[in-house]
Amino acid sequence: MSASAASPIRFERVEKRYGRHEVLAGVSLDLAPRMRLGLIGPAASGKSVMCKLACGLEAPDRGRIEVLGTDITGKREHELGALRRRIGMLFQNYALFDFLTVEQNVAFPLEQRGGPSGDKLTAAQIAERVAERLRAVGLAGSERKLTAELSGGMKKRVGIARATVIDAELVIYDEPSAGLDPVTTQKIYDLLAADQARTGAAVLAVSSDVVALAQFVDEIAFLYRGHIIYRGPAATIADAPDPIVRQFVRGELTGPMDDLPPQREGA
Amino acid sequence: MSEERRDDAEAPEAERAFTSLPPAPRPRIPPVTTAKAPESTRRGLVASVGASTVQIAQEVGGIVVLTAQVLRALVPPRIDHRELLKNLYKMGNRSVPIVVLTAFFAGGLMTLQTGPFVKKFGATGLAGWGAGYAVLREIGPILISLMFSGRVGANNTAELATMTVTEQLDGLRALAIDPVRFLVVPRVIAMMVMLVALTVIGDLVALLGASVVGRIMLGIEWSSMYYSFADNLKPFDFLHGIYKSIAFGAAIAMSSCYFGVTVRGGAVGVGRAVNAAVVAAAVSIMLLDFFLTYLTG
Repeated sequence: MSASAASPIRFERVEKRYGRHEVLAGVSLDLAPRMRLGLIGPAASGKSVMCKLACGLEAPDRGRIEVLGTDITGKREHELGALRRRIGMLFQNYALFDFLTVEQNVAFPLEQRGGPSGDKLTAAQIAERVAERLRAVGLAGSERKLTAELSGGMKKRVGIARATVIDAELVIYDEPSAGLDPVTTQKIYDLLAADQARTGAAVLAVSSDVVALAQFVDEIAFLYRGHIIYRGPAATIADAPDPIVRQFVRGELTGPMDDLPPQREGA
Repeated sequence: MSEERRDDAEAPEAERAFTSLPPAPRPRIPPVTTAKAPESTRRGLVASVGASTVQIAQEVGGIVVLTAQVLRALVPPRIDHRELLKNLYKMGNRSVPIVVLTAFFAGGLMTLQTGPFVKKFGATGLAGWGAGYAVLREIGPILISLMFSGRVGANNTAELATMTVTEQLDGLRALAIDPVRFLVVPRVIAMMVMLVALTVIGDLVALLGASVVGRIMLGIEWSSMYYSFADNLKPFDFLHGIYKSIAFGAAIAMSSCYFGVTVRGGAVGVGRAVNAAVVAAAVSIMLLDFFLTYLTG
């Protein structure tokens, strides 16, 4: 499947506020086709909110969002179905369906949405695809387990398998390596890179593990106090000219970031 | 004052250490007065009543909107059959034992209450009518609905609320699946269908309970009870309870689903949602019962 020629994600002066807390204060961001963009920033800076905005799960207060060539600003829920079928999303808290087993969770998008071209798949085709994905994320043998029986890292890998099972044109990963050990993290990023190379999908990845993320993405954007204050090549992020970015990436305790914004759950 | 000093001197050392602490600030207690409440108190009361009214209006409005979404999702009727069957079984089959138990004793209780009067006036032929009329038209639907709300409605709210706070509903939306169509519609249908079915079962068991108690505790013949039911109870008495149970089922389903999908605030929020759903369902059942009885007789 080829990626859309239009920009996979375009944020134009997007603002989002929860009560009195302004999360996004006019964010503009553009993602080129087939690009892998990393999004980093302090906790509660609005990274997950941007992921949800890009999937149409949240609506911006102001500004414009275009996803895979479609302006989703102001679109109603039932108007977003066709677009969402072209997007894969990994949630920060997995969002696995606890009434389904591991293999049912991964099979769910295929059963509900069909194959890459929307055609209905046979049970054998679904089973084959699900088995391949579970092997890829190292969960072969856990097919019959309920999600409540899994560790956090295993849940994350089920979430990755579910997000990648449909060969989407745009994949959004919210903390793909959270809860994973370094070796598994590397394996997962290798898998995501191989998937992306095969499908040509555009990728937006949010992660706190900047080192691992930098090896996966082409560019990294830094979200701070409601604005993208830096965007540059992932390979040189540690030497970014912005002192705030440098402090964050290097994990330095003192610097211009001392005055952190208030924490907000779920942002 | 001198009394206090002597007590201090005689107190053990540890106790004196406490008594030497500066006195805790005394709470300011407003003087008792018969005068009218101050303006600020009245304003606070008005604000509190206003806030509660707005909240109730929001919740009623939310339930109405969700009901409209459910109705819209039924056209065309694309229901996930796996979810529907699962809910029918979970909500219905597993509720049968508790419904049978409560209905049996509720029916028996009706005979027990009316029995002494019936015997006093020698009108044993009316014992079945008294118990049956009350059970079919009121006690059966209300009691079973309240049981159903406590068992199934609360469970449904907790389940949906947990799914909401763990982003499973967002997960469905991200997969282009409408959570109302996929989760809410099958639950609403299952609750309405199963409450009617349980009411029918409960009615029959309650009549049996009334007969058993009448025979064992009051010595009323089986045949007397049977003819009392058959001669005096009309099909409308039974239908009256059935259409009430349809309305009660809808009220329980919509309130439990609404509070489940609109929950905020993690585990604490789930608890609050369950509480609100059970209260809303109980109030709705009572209000609906009153108006349905008033309108249809």
